[in-house]
Amino acid sequence: MEKKTPLYPKHLEAGGKIVPFAGYLLPVQYGTGVIAEHMAVRQKCGLFDVSHMGEVFLTGPDALDNLNRLMTNNFSSMADGQVRYSPMCNQEGGVVDDLIVYRYGPQRYMVVVNAANRDKDVAWMKAHLSGEAVLEDCSDQLCELALQGPLSKAVLTKLCPEDALPKKYYSFVDPVMVGGISCCVSRTGYTGEFGYELYCAADKGPQLWDMLLEAGREEGLIPCGLGARDTLRLEAAMPLYGHEMDDGITPLETGLGWAVKMDHDFTGKAALEQKPVTIARIGLKVTGKGIVREHQDLFLDGEKVGVTTSGTHLPYLGAPYAMALVELKAAQPGLQLEADVRGRRVACQVVPLPFYKRAKA
Amino acid sequence: MVIPEGLYYAKSHEWVKFLSEDTCLVGISDYAQAALGDIVFINLPQAGDSVTAGEPLCDLESVKAVADVYAPVSGVIEEANQELDEACEIINSAPYDAWIARISGVTSRDGLMDAAAYKAHCEAEAQP
Repeated sequence: MEKKTPLYPKHLEAGGKIVPFAGYLLPVQYGTGVIAEHMAVRQKCGLFDVSHMGEVFLTGPDALDNLNRLMTNNFSSMADGQVRYSPMCNQEGGVVDDLIVYRYGPQRYMVVVNAANRDKDVAWMKAHLSGEAVLEDCSDQLCELALQGPLSKAVLTKLCPEDALPKKYYSFVDPVMVGGISCCVSRTGYTGEFGYELYCAADKGPQLWDMLLEAGREEGLIPCGLGARDTLRLEAAMPLYGHEMDDGITPLETGLGWAVKMDHDFTGKAALEQKPVTIARIGLKVTGKGIVREHQDLFLDGEKVGVTTSGTHLPYLGAPYAMALVELKAAQPGLQLEADVRGRRVACQVVPLPFYKRAKA
Repeated sequence: MVIPEGLYYAKSHEWVKFLSEDTCLVGISDYAQAALGDIVFINLPQAGDSVTAGEPLCDLESVKAVADVYAPVSGVIEEANQELDEACEIINSAPYDAWIARISGVTSRDGLMDAAAYKAHCEAEAQP
């Protein structure tokens, strides 16, 4: 039985087309459709219910030591109010999950994990905790909304003063009173666009949703579903757990080496040091006719060299693209590969990632 | 949901417009295009190919997924609508103008529904 987020009635009200996703009933799109929702985020702004994401608090004198041991990134240099991304590896170097960590204080952190992995992550972290540190899964007590797009700040500052908001990318402020509701607000997101993520008490979620949509009416703010969330992150070439990485793929193989710091001891480090990296995550522009989706075999000069991990028509770029994991010899931008699309060979060209990068303001 | 009178419909949500006793145009219904969402590619059928009612005619790609279009009648593909190759989004905006194939040599209309019967079929399918 799928769970509903506190915003479920709002999605029905807004004409959301509901699908099961990661154990939740969530809107894949609203009446406007994926392309219009995607374009709203690139050009104006969009509002997503991402309450399915898991929020886990780690507290205690040994919280930092535990984070550093569990994660590939190093959190020692973090200041209060910063956010940091990290993969979390198993002993073999495969990815248990990828997540972001919010530092509230030297002994208090919030870890935001993928919905589909929440139970697995909590069990994994609890099993590997040591010293004085307490893990608390607060996912069901919180709502998370993502306000994304170039006009996000214009919308949000109608509900709170601008100087109350986090200024730098990957920083946060808690609390910010947004229209009278106490929120944690971070300059984060999964769209490749300027934007914020807001966390509030679960029972305040529907009111916050309504206030934001009302505040953003002039700016063209519309609710956006999982479909646009996926096309936006793909256009920005952000990896997605279960696609570009999983328990059997290492962060080095999927191009997350920047979030793996070998200057500290962590679970999976020995495996990452020993295992040679033989595959790479690449971008493909479809040059033939058709759409290349995930799980499609890739060929270089007739030889199978890898498989696609995500792919579809990307609305802002207006063309089909895919990401893939391939042998290193097939990873050079400019190479021509072929994808097997249900028995039909479709030509693709290896291109640099990301496909889309927003212009700096 | 628009279901024009005068057309025939298959359970798998294709429409059929008879141009003569044995020649017809085939497309997908308003219900089908709404369910698929934004259509971004059609792998058009080949003129000259024989098709069998209930078998795949071609495939359509929306942003979200790929879907088969089934032949609502048996016959021979006389022509595919090449206009869709460059502008498949008209399947979303005008599903009953966006014919996919003209099929000739149609031998049977078995299993096709009129507008009223198809409306009831869509309503039944939309029940959770």
